[in-house]
Amino acid sequence: MSIILVLIPLSILFALAFLGAFIWAVRGGQFEDTTTPSMRLLLDDKTISDRSAEPEPKLNTKQP
Amino acid sequence: MAQTITSARIEIEGASQDFATAPLQRTARPPCFHCGTACRGDTFRAGEKSFCCQGCRTVFGLLTENGLGQFYQLGEAAGVRVNGPAKAEQFRFLDEPAVRERLADFSDAKLTRVTLRLPAIHCIACVWLLENLFRLKPGIGQSQVNFPRKEVSIAFETAKVKLSEVAALLASLGYEPELKFSDLENRPPSRVPRRLWMQLGLAGFAFGNAMLFSIATYLGLDAFSGPAFQKLVGFVSLALAVPVVIYSAADYYRSAWVSVRQRLLNIDVPIAAGIIAIFAQSAFEVVSGRGEGYFDSLCGLIFFLLCGKLFQQKTYERLAFDRDYKSFFPLSVTRKQGRAEESVSLAQLAVGDHLLLRNGELIPADAKLISGPAVIDYSFVTGESEPVEKKADDYLYAGGRQIGGAIEVEMVKGVSQSYLTSLWNQDAFRKDKTATLNALTNTYSQRFTKIVIAIALGSAVFWAFVNSDKSLKSFTSVLIVACPCALALAAPFALGTAQRVLARRNVFLKNPYVLESLAKVDAVVFDKTGTLTAAGASSVTWRGAPLSEAEECWLYSMTRHSTHPLPVRIGEAIARHHFPEPVRSFLETAGCGMEGTVAGNEIWMGSAAWLESCNVRPALADSPAQASAVHVAINGRYRGSYILESALRPEADRLITKLSEDYDLALLSGDHEKERARFTGLFGESAHLHFNQSPLNKLGFIHDLQRGGKTVMMVGDGLNDAGALKQSDVGVAVVENVNAFSPASDVILAAGMVPRIGEVLRYAKQSVRMVRAAFVISSLYNVVGIAIAASGNLSPIVCAILMPVSSVTVVAFACGATTWLGRGLAAPKKTERLP
Repeated sequence: MSIILVLIPLSILFALAFLGAFIWAVRGGQFEDTTTPSMRLLLDDKTISDRSAEPEPKLNTKQP
Repeated sequence: MAQTITSARIEIEGASQDFATAPLQRTARPPCFHCGTACRGDTFRAGEKSFCCQGCRTVFGLLTENGLGQFYQLGEAAGVRVNGPAKAEQFRFLDEPAVRERLADFSDAKLTRVTLRLPAIHCIACVWLLENLFRLKPGIGQSQVNFPRKEVSIAFETAKVKLSEVAALLASLGYEPELKFSDLENRPPSRVPRRLWMQLGLAGFAFGNAMLFSIATYLGLDAFSGPAFQKLVGFVSLALAVPVVIYSAADYYRSAWVSVRQRLLNIDVPIAAGIIAIFAQSAFEVVSGRGEGYFDSLCGLIFFLLCGKLFQQKTYERLAFDRDYKSFFPLSVTRKQGRAEESVSLAQLAVGDHLLLRNGELIPADAKLISGPAVIDYSFVTGESEPVEKKADDYLYAGGRQIGGAIEVEMVKGVSQSYLTSLWNQDAFRKDKTATLNALTNTYSQRFTKIVIAIALGSAVFWAFVNSDKSLKSFTSVLIVACPCALALAAPFALGTAQRVLARRNVFLKNPYVLESLAKVDAVVFDKTGTLTAAGASSVTWRGAPLSEAEECWLYSMTRHSTHPLPVRIGEAIARHHFPEPVRSFLETAGCGMEGTVAGNEIWMGSAAWLESCNVRPALADSPAQASAVHVAINGRYRGSYILESALRPEADRLITKLSEDYDLALLSGDHEKERARFTGLFGESAHLHFNQSPLNKLGFIHDLQRGGKTVMMVGDGLNDAGALKQSDVGVAVVENVNAFSPASDVILAAGMVPRIGEVLRYAKQSVRMVRAAFVISSLYNVVGIAIAASGNLSPIVCAILMPVSSVTVVAFACGATTWLGRGLAAPKKTERLP
């Protein structure tokens, strides 16, 4: 049963990691606006540098 | 790039002229590709796409040129119609150091960050466009939209881009920033402070972990793992609890200390005492090796209390309950110096300045009219329902709105010293209502605290004689068990739920404790214009020989060209299926009427006196005293008149009849007496009806009622009610839509809910009764707990069970009962619902 003396500090370390993540999220303002990020999720990041309204074939394909 | 924008702006300016002179044609009307408005003609096209105006076409061009064509894939016709020209000069005042410094969130030599309110934000495409703003102008950096608040925060290079250019760019895209005088003051802090989230997170973290470790000891695991295990668990729990007790619970000590110094014993006193007792007892047990303490219960207790605190901090993003005239006044106004016009911020105005006010603009300070026929709409300021005409040299009060052409005025008083704005110097605006917050819980807790301390001392004394070992333990045990967690949660959850129930019915409370005051109300005072009568929703009736279809259509076409409220209202009432026809040689004479030619017919609409001066004899039928009339002549022949009567809100009469059974009612109106008879009939002979009331009179009337021992609810809508709303025990501001300005108040009520005020008051009373019932339940738990504790047998496991169970039952009862009672409240129709 002495293994529990290792497991308990270990579990606390994990829990502290999560607490750290929570504090980081609060500091980053994630709890202040909970609506807009859910909309932003639906938007594509790639605003292609093309100069027309029509979608163009992908420019940054990695295949040769 | 800058060039593109400049040229775009010139095109927009040209466009508004095109638009004004464009003939009104009867064609199939395709929706505008940019904003979805039906196009009036075929004038504005780009390839296959049609646009309603040059402005929309320009924005389309701008976006596609800069690779932002994706905007139109995100939402069909997602654009915002560009209203009129956006001039950079219009925003020049933003570059003044004093203004700029106040508006910017952050600014140094390299980077500036500013948050602007853009009421036009309405869909996902707006979010996308505004966050891609940096593609439209070099020097603009990251921009971030807060959708519920309709705000965008933009970073830009200080040296490269001016704040006025950012504002002009936004305006040219259709997102004109809303800039108010109040923006020059410090911004309100974030609604739910980050600190509370941190405290809650930390308490939850410690609660979960401490409980996990404690389970082992509850089950008696230490029997075979030895005392070392118990010691480890004890010290780990102590380590977890220390930050919770110090950081998470900090606000309770502070509040308790303040209340003790004021000799008020509020609910936080027994809470703080309980927390300290539990912590001291547990730490002593752990350090001395006697047990593992009550750390899990302690962390749980603080966690639940903070949950309650978060629950009662419900706020509504677009609502503000603390607005004064500064949020109503614009940030800038056009100042005239000789021939030059410049846009300056209100803070810079001085007495003697000449100001230019266009249609719909606000008079920022008491002033003298210099030139131009002025028609001033004071409805929001004084409650007068009809605009007043003013001549040169007349005195104009701040807060009125000019309707019609541009006028020039000379400032006579400073912005904050004007007739209306000096209202905010009254005492009522200095007193703070928060002192009475949570009165229900605090009255109860005063008695409760005294009893608990008596029992704790009593049991300590008793055990000191019987078995002195148990004396100290029984004393702390009583304090631990009696820690009024459940009691403290009853009001926040019951009233917080009621607040949410009401919010779904478009009644928004400043905080849950407004319900306590609502339940005590015994006198209700109404404003007239905009509250009992709907602003602008007057009934329109035609008097005279019936008009033909074509004739009515001509009149409709005429009304479309006027900005005067009477013809605008007539136009709305007779619109139906008519399609406007072109009007030629239109001429509007302020204070008289308007003339024009539609389909070759000469049409005159206006006052009786004016028509007479045009040699038309109006048949003056006996029109109701409280009505306004617009007389009509076609081709020089008198045809009749439109009668406009201010209409009571639907069911307002039933509301008054019902309320008069239980409450003292009064009516305060800034309007003249012409409607007295009508309201005497409604309120009854004995009610107080006061007309011609100035904002200060209204405040004084409320004050007199309060001195007579009444708890007063004031229901009003305009700036003229601001003093009364503030002075009353519960101020209710009626709004037609949430984005509109509402003066500082405790409750913001959608206009459609005015007839339901009686039900809201009844519901408030029921909610408060439920809080009392929840007090009884939590007291029962305390009786059981204290009985165990006083006998000196409190074990950690009993504490760990009793504490959460009592909290959960009280919260469940409080939320359940108020929700159940709220189901009977009339829900607004879908269309009335506000966001």
